[in-house]
Amino acid sequence: MYSVRRWSVRNARGMEIFYKGFEAVFVALHPLWKAIGYERLEKPVAVVEKVVKGFLFDCQMCGQCALSSTGMSCSMNCPKTLRNGPCGGVRANGNCEVKPEMRCVWVEGFEGSQRMVEGKEAIKVVQFAVDGRLKGKSSWLKVAREKNA
Amino acid sequence: MKFEDEPVPGYPLPILPGHTSPGRLERVLRSGAFAVTAELDPPDSADGSEVYRRAQLFDGYVDAINATDGSGANCHMSSLAVCALLTRVGYAPIMQISCRDKNRIAIQGDILGGAAMGVANMLCLSGDGVQSGDHPQAKPVFDLDCMSLLEIGRGMRDEHKFQSGRKVTYAPRVFFGAAANPFGLPFEWRADRLAKKVAAGAQFIQTQYCYDVPRLREYMKRVEDLGLLDKVFILVGVGPMRSAKVPSGCVPTCLAYISQMR
Repeated sequence: MYSVRRWSVRNARGMEIFYKGFEAVFVALHPLWKAIGYERLEKPVAVVEKVVKGFLFDCQMCGQCALSSTGMSCSMNCPKTLRNGPCGGVRANGNCEVKPEMRCVWVEGFEGSQRMVEGKEAIKVVQFAVDGRLKGKSSWLKVAREKNA
Repeated sequence: MKFEDEPVPGYPLPILPGHTSPGRLERVLRSGAFAVTAELDPPDSADGSEVYRRAQLFDGYVDAINATDGSGANCHMSSLAVCALLTRVGYAPIMQISCRDKNRIAIQGDILGGAAMGVANMLCLSGDGVQSGDHPQAKPVFDLDCMSLLEIGRGMRDEHKFQSGRKVTYAPRVFFGAAANPFGLPFEWRADRLAKKVAAGAQFIQTQYCYDVPRLREYMKRVEDLGLLDKVFILVGVGPMRSAKVPSGCVPTCLAYISQMR
């Protein structure tokens, strides 16, 4: 939801702290995930992730979440799905060139990043091209798997 | 500006140490000279002579000609085709690549094809949204953004690899550029965004039209503070006013400022 999405950006610092704790726990539970089987978990976890992040961020389930690097503003809501910052067409009022009624996802993201600690620097790092194969899959499981690899 | 090792104007130049392309734009910029580029308005026509007629206007005045890729999301002759026509007769084009209409498979193919036809400069752009053009019903692609496009282009040139990791047997020798809007929001972030483009592989930058010189100065100061002026060449854009409402004294003042900033 648009208003909730903007609330999340306004509270980007809190989101950052919460996610850090959540990620630590989720990654530490790797033995449990492994015992159940990552493949078997994929579908139910993705459903939960979609509900939670969909409510908070209008998450589009790209499967390679970059919210910590985008000021807690989901860049997949950008009509151009830009992953590395705003295009040159941002309107003078800070709204999107393509969707004039929506605030630019990256103007929001920049503001969010300035409220964050690690996010302030993370937004300056180049994000690589999206992997289309991961669409619809759980980013949480991906992080747990990668951090334990 | 003429180079001693230029066999025939328009032919590829020998690539000097530290250079990446056989084009004159890179040569001119790296020699410390002032480079001039102009944009060719591509025809809505299948007649190649129209491209030549438009290019002839620039004869003797520019170091490279930008071939736009569906600018403003309007349909025109493709940038790759315009470049093919231009290189055939010795013009030095800058092939613009937009991420709006093609995915990474098509774009990487165009980079190889363009380079094979003698295109030495490519400008990596995200592209305008389809809604702003004459085909708002079209599907926007945006498989890549300008940054990932730069990274992929650089990988093809320097590592001889497609994004997939598969080998490119003869690498495209290209001078890669990107665009910048020094006045876009969030203003305080624009220089950092430029730094990202440079980190992704941009070697030259072409800006949007710049009329607000105090603001441009402020932007350039930030760019300088980030140490970017040693890493990238910035070509500041100027152009005729589209509306009579703009004060007439603005353009000469702006040009005077820009010549000071070189």
